[in-house]
Amino acid sequence: MSILTYIFGWPLVAALALVFVPGNYRVVVRAVAVLATLISAALAVKMFCQFVPGANGYQFEQQIPWVDSLGISYHVGVDGLNVGLILMGAIVAFAAACCSWEIQTREKEFYILLLLMSGGILGAFASLDLFFFYFLHELALVPTFIMIGVWGRGERRNYATFQITIYLSIGALLALIGLIALYLQSGANTFDIPALIEHAKTNPMTVHAQNFIFPLLLFGFGILVSLWPFHSWAPLGYGSAPSPTAMIHAGILKKFGLYGLIRIALPLMPQAAHHWMNFVAWLCLGNILYVGWVAMRQRDLNLLIGNSSVAHMGFIFLGIASLNLIGVTGAVFIMVAHGFLAALTFALSGYIYQKTGTLQMSELGGLCRKLRFIGTALLMAAMAGCGLPGFANFVGEVTVFFGAWKEFPVVVVLAVWGGLVIGGIYMTRAVRTILHGPLPAKFSNLADATNSWRRLPYALLLAALFVFGCFPRLLTSQIEPDAGKIVSMANPLPSMTALSEAQNPKSDTRN
Amino acid sequence: MNASLMFLEIWVVALGIVMMLADFFFCVTPERKRFLAYLGIAVLGVLFLELLGPDAPTGTAFHGAFVEDSMAIFFKRFFIIAAILVLFLSSEFSDSVPGGILEFYSLIIFALAGMLFAASSNDFVMLFVSIELITVTFYVLVSYQRARLLSLEAGVKYLIIGALSSAFMVFGIALIWGTAGTMNFTELAQVAPQFLDNKIFLTGVIFLFAGLGFKIAAVPFQIWAPDVYQGAPTPATAFLAVGSKAAGFVLLLRVLFTAIPAVTARWADFLIIVSALTILYGNLCALPQRNLKRLLGYSSISHAGYMLLGVAAISASGQSAVMYYLAGYLFTVVAAFTVIALVMQHLDHEDVSALAGLNQRSPLLATTMTLSMVSLAGIPPLAGFFGKFLLLKAVIEQGLSTPNHGYYCLTFVALAGILISFYYYFGVIRAIYWSKDTRDLSPIPLSGGAKFLALLCIAGMFWIGIFPNTVLNLANAAAFGFK
Repeated sequence: MSILTYIFGWPLVAALALVFVPGNYRVVVRAVAVLATLISAALAVKMFCQFVPGANGYQFEQQIPWVDSLGISYHVGVDGLNVGLILMGAIVAFAAACCSWEIQTREKEFYILLLLMSGGILGAFASLDLFFFYFLHELALVPTFIMIGVWGRGERRNYATFQITIYLSIGALLALIGLIALYLQSGANTFDIPALIEHAKTNPMTVHAQNFIFPLLLFGFGILVSLWPFHSWAPLGYGSAPSPTAMIHAGILKKFGLYGLIRIALPLMPQAAHHWMNFVAWLCLGNILYVGWVAMRQRDLNLLIGNSSVAHMGFIFLGIASLNLIGVTGAVFIMVAHGFLAALTFALSGYIYQKTGTLQMSELGGLCRKLRFIGTALLMAAMAGCGLPGFANFVGEVTVFFGAWKEFPVVVVLAVWGGLVIGGIYMTRAVRTILHGPLPAKFSNLADATNSWRRLPYALLLAALFVFGCFPRLLTSQIEPDAGKIVSMANPLPSMTALSEAQNPKSDTRN
Repeated sequence: MNASLMFLEIWVVALGIVMMLADFFFCVTPERKRFLAYLGIAVLGVLFLELLGPDAPTGTAFHGAFVEDSMAIFFKRFFIIAAILVLFLSSEFSDSVPGGILEFYSLIIFALAGMLFAASSNDFVMLFVSIELITVTFYVLVSYQRARLLSLEAGVKYLIIGALSSAFMVFGIALIWGTAGTMNFTELAQVAPQFLDNKIFLTGVIFLFAGLGFKIAAVPFQIWAPDVYQGAPTPATAFLAVGSKAAGFVLLLRVLFTAIPAVTARWADFLIIVSALTILYGNLCALPQRNLKRLLGYSSISHAGYMLLGVAAISASGQSAVMYYLAGYLFTVVAAFTVIALVMQHLDHEDVSALAGLNQRSPLLATTMTLSMVSLAGIPPLAGFFGKFLLLKAVIEQGLSTPNHGYYCLTFVALAGILISFYYYFGVIRAIYWSKDTRDLSPIPLSGGAKFLALLCIAGMFWIGIFPNTVLNLANAAAFGFK
């Protein structure tokens, strides 16, 4: 058994085990959930440390045939693209399980869904088979809707549940159509991603087919990642979600679409990628500038964080759109960094909501006087969010800007402006209103997170941001070789382009 | 003449007769009559193992009217398992059936015999006789609770619409026979290409389709489904939803792909439209439903639509997807109706709100119902997901290999249907776990048999969803051997 199977298997097994635990054993339920995610996080750290950067092929690989007639197999493995994501996912899942003390009703069901979510999405990242890639993501996605509907907060909870369910289901189903079409069109009769890529090297897909399938994947995944203009589910959804759900969804699940684009769409459909990426570069300005501007107008902390997390997706799309080594490496780096950051900010806002009962910024103020630890952590998270050097986000964003400069100088100029100025304005303004100024009288006896168990998730996430911010080579050295492979496949030699254009789209549709 | 191929059917009919006569000879208390159901189940189990094993004989009998091929064997296995589950369910339901429960059992077995003949029919006479055997039995089964007005109403509706559709079908068969001069599917396939422009022949095909469309509840012949599902005794509803629908599908596959493949190839657009309308109608009408059995009635229409995706694909992989989907649908639907039967048999209404607090009253039933809804909605890792995946794959495959853009439209209609269905399936789950208006929190007593049945259905849903290989290989063998 590969270590990857254990990393995502433990939460799933724990979810199954919890079904048989009586609902009133609250301590047991919580302990099982925290323990399972802790084991999976520890295994992920071990796996990350053992990973050899730049080694040939995939590591910790395991393949078991599942449905022979369709070419589906259970196939897991890591390379530089997903090793960081799995590490991030496992740590965030652990932090989210720790932060779930705020859930007071129907805890058993909540933890079962939380474990399904974490196990499912970690499995999706580890999977090297298209079918399981989709299957496990879907397994993780559906609990999100239920959690928002049942444990969500705010008056617009039902509306938010509907919106996020419809949006994300459409996105997932579009991507499913795209993946099935990809499987059929490739002619390789396998769902195995490495095998598909190998097959595509000798038999590239026709440009006609690529132009049909690529947009399905781009927009399917784009909806899941809140690509502008399909982003409107995100702020409200996260604003209404219980904070552990928002942590896992914004932190981990949202990276699924981006990972899918890099892992599947770029290497298999290079011509279409080139064609569409110019368009994506401009769409991502919508994320960075327009959604950043919307974030500036927010009066609710969670909506602000939600919008800012949508805005950050713009940088990742810009990195992918640049289709060069530096840009793609930067994009993967931000995916990891943003996972930690989004989880941290939602965890902190969850704590504040739990203690004060509101996230309206006009009603909050001076919280740093009482909540010293939480306040400081929120300040740091806000600074990381506007890209202060020393935090991981800075590294990723700078890398993306360097990478994209050659292709899209105008977009980069606007994005830098958006990232620095707009991000700076809304983040510092939020920090000023919430943490500084006079403390309203009703909040005079707020309790800070004092015991170290409560502080652990926040400290862990902050530490991760610091470590990767100060020692980016830990991550970039792992990403770079495999990002290079993806980029070389996404920028095919002219002879390959001629080969796929020479194939007549009519005659090759099915063989 | 090769009557040995029909051993299974003969045994099943004999079992039905014995079951019916048993009432005269065994004067037993109602509790002990449950054991007669178990006896019937045991006999069916033995027949399954003995006659439908991996080395079951194949061939044709009665001048090609009766065919035993891999598809027939696949469906016969399906029908026997369905009958076993339904007999189990009926034995749990027996206190709600005032008149003799043994006739109820034997009627189920007679309907099963009809379904087994349907799986093997390769001739219009065989088709019609098997359909009538199924339908006439169901007239009785549906109106079995004579004291319930709803049950009688359902029976009358089913009778009138069923008789009408049978009339259409006979008329259709007459027209086809009148033009083509043969009743046998294999022979018809050879002469059918001559009649592609013959309006009388095509009218016959349309009428035949109307009759089969009634069995599977495809738009526009779906109107009976919600009323009958609501009124019929729950085990009869379950058998109607699973067995009768599957019988409709096996006959549809036989007619479209054995008897008149030439016509079918030309009618892709027609099948696409019927499938799309069925999906949309079922899902949209299920949205406002509060009555659980009615809701499942509409949902069964939408599932007929999903399965028609595989038929509309006009390919072997489409047929295999239909068969796989039916196998998953069997356990899922029986699970749902088991819960309904156990929770609601002593209530005067079947509103979704009756499920409120079920997770406290009986965690096992709550889990069963939740998994069933999740599987119907098509969410991994249960059976429904892989089935929908195969159906969509078949449709997209056909879309890529033919210039017919209707397949892409159909794919998107199916996606819309799946999306809509999330709403009402999750509404049921929501009612179980999070409904506020819980009045009755008394635990539901479950007999050992009921627990076993629920666990069996859960195991079936997971088995087909997580280990699809076995069923898929059988379905593939049936579909590809069939071409």
